[in-house]
Order: sequence, then C-alpha cells, then structure tokens
Amino acid sequence: MNHIPIQHYLLVGAALFCIGLAVAVTKRHFIGILLGIELMLNAVNINLVAFSRHDPERLSGQLFALFVIVVAAAEVTVALAIILRVYGQFKTVDPDEVSELKK
Amino acid sequence: MEAIAFYGFAALAIASGLFILFSKNLIYAAFALFLAFLGVAALYVLAGADFLGVSQIMIYVGGVLVLLIFGIMLTQKANKSNDPSRHNRVEILIRRETWGFLLGAGFFVVLVKIIFSSDFKMTGDSMTSKSTIRTIGVELMTSHLLPFEIVAILLLVSLVGAAYLAMNRNPMP
Repeated sequence: MNHIPIQHYLLVGAALFCIGLAVAVTKRHFIGILLGIELMLNAVNINLVAFSRHDPERLSGQLFALFVIVVAAAEVTVALAIILRVYGQFKTVDPDEVSELKK
Repeated sequence: MEAIAFYGFAALAIASGLFILFSKNLIYAAFALFLAFLGVAALYVLAGADFLGVSQIMIYVGGVLVLLIFGIMLTQKANKSNDPSRHNRVEILIRRETWGFLLGAGFFVVLVKIIFSSDFKMTGDSMTSKSTIRTIGVELMTSHLLPFEIVAILLLVSLVGAAYLAMNRNPMP
C-alpha cells in the first residue's frame, strides 16, 4: 500500500486549487463563485489527507480535513441564504450589478 | 493497480474541474462538480482516509451539491426561452477571463515550483491498512474535544442563521 509519492497528491491538489481559483474569478454568477470555492476547499483537503498518511497514530490531518468539510457545509448554507435574499432584492445574480447596500 | 486507480481518479477530478471552468451552463458545471467530488473522495480512500471519503460523499454530494442545484434553479432569469443553450447561461467578460486564466496558471506554476523544490522527509511510519474510524473517534473525544464542540455550535448557528436569512423573501408591503 501507498506506493504513490506524496508529490503526486500535492500536484493534484495544486491543480484543483488553481482551477477553483480561476472559476471563482471568471464566473459572473454568485453560485459559480461558490462552485469555485468548494473546489478550492477540496483541493486543500487533499493536501491534508495526503500528509496525514504518515501520521497514523494521531491523524491530525484527517481531523483537520473533517473540520474543513463541516465549515464548508455551514458556509454554503449561509451563502445560499444570502444569495436568495440578494436575488429577491435585486433580481440578478451578477456580482457586478449588486453594488448598492440599499435600493 | 493502485497507481492506475489513483491517476484515473485524479484525471477525473481535474477534467471535471476544467469542465466547470469552461462550461457556460451552470447546471452542467454543478453536475461536473459532482464528478469532481467523487474523484476527490476516491483520492481520500486511496490515501487511507476511508471515513473522510464516505463523509465527503455524504456531505458534499448529498447535501452541498443538492443545495447548490436548488440555488441555481431558484435564481433563474425571468425571461424564459426554449433554446436549451440559453438556460443558466453565464456571460464572461473577455478581460476577466484572461485575468482568471493568468491568475490560475501563474499560481499553478508557483505551486509546482514549490512542490518540486521541497524535500519532504517523512519521519512517521506509513499508514497500515486498518480502518481509521477508531482513531478518529478517540481523537475527537479526547484531544480535539473543544474544536468538536465549537463546530457543533457553528453548525447550529449557521442553521438558525440560514433559516432566518432565507425566510420571508418577498414581504408584502
């Protein structure tokens, strides 16, 4: 087991993180930005789990990844609630058009 | 065999990520994110984190992704058309696209340089093939008890906050 070097895990994580960053920058849609952020959080979790392979007694990396998953779930619920409120107020999901605090 | 599975699932995750990046239809992007999550869960299992792989599938695919698809469907544009390529379309400015690609590619080059120039020395013994659930449970209840409780409070607060924010969306004047 574990013949794959850790650098390959880190490369996959780096690629996913950069793709998520590009998605979060380019999409002109609130939910598109959320998709990019989810991808970035997953990429970070890959790194944590990969390093946790060499810590089988305490598994700190896996526990950290577990907390990251939970915080990501909480973040998505609150972000979607805010997006629905913004959509009800402004009738748009384009972040460039939502520039006022009060209409 | 393990190497084939690793590279296959890594390619699946990265290809799904690229599809999300280039897709103009947001529903397709959300379903590609489903494939990316599955690929990442398989990578967790291959790295010996079986509990995390299962939680990844249950939380992300079962919860977060369904929530995201609900959000996409609830924020449809008002003007409907019958052209299937027009639904959920995301217009991207050329300037922003260029900056996004430059940012992503540049950061990727920096990260690859760092990864290849670093020299990791692993001191701990590598993981044996037994399940990690017991270790995670014991650690959560002993040394990580405070973060565990804080996360529980955070989930409760976010649940109440999301319900409060999302209710009464169109108040009657």
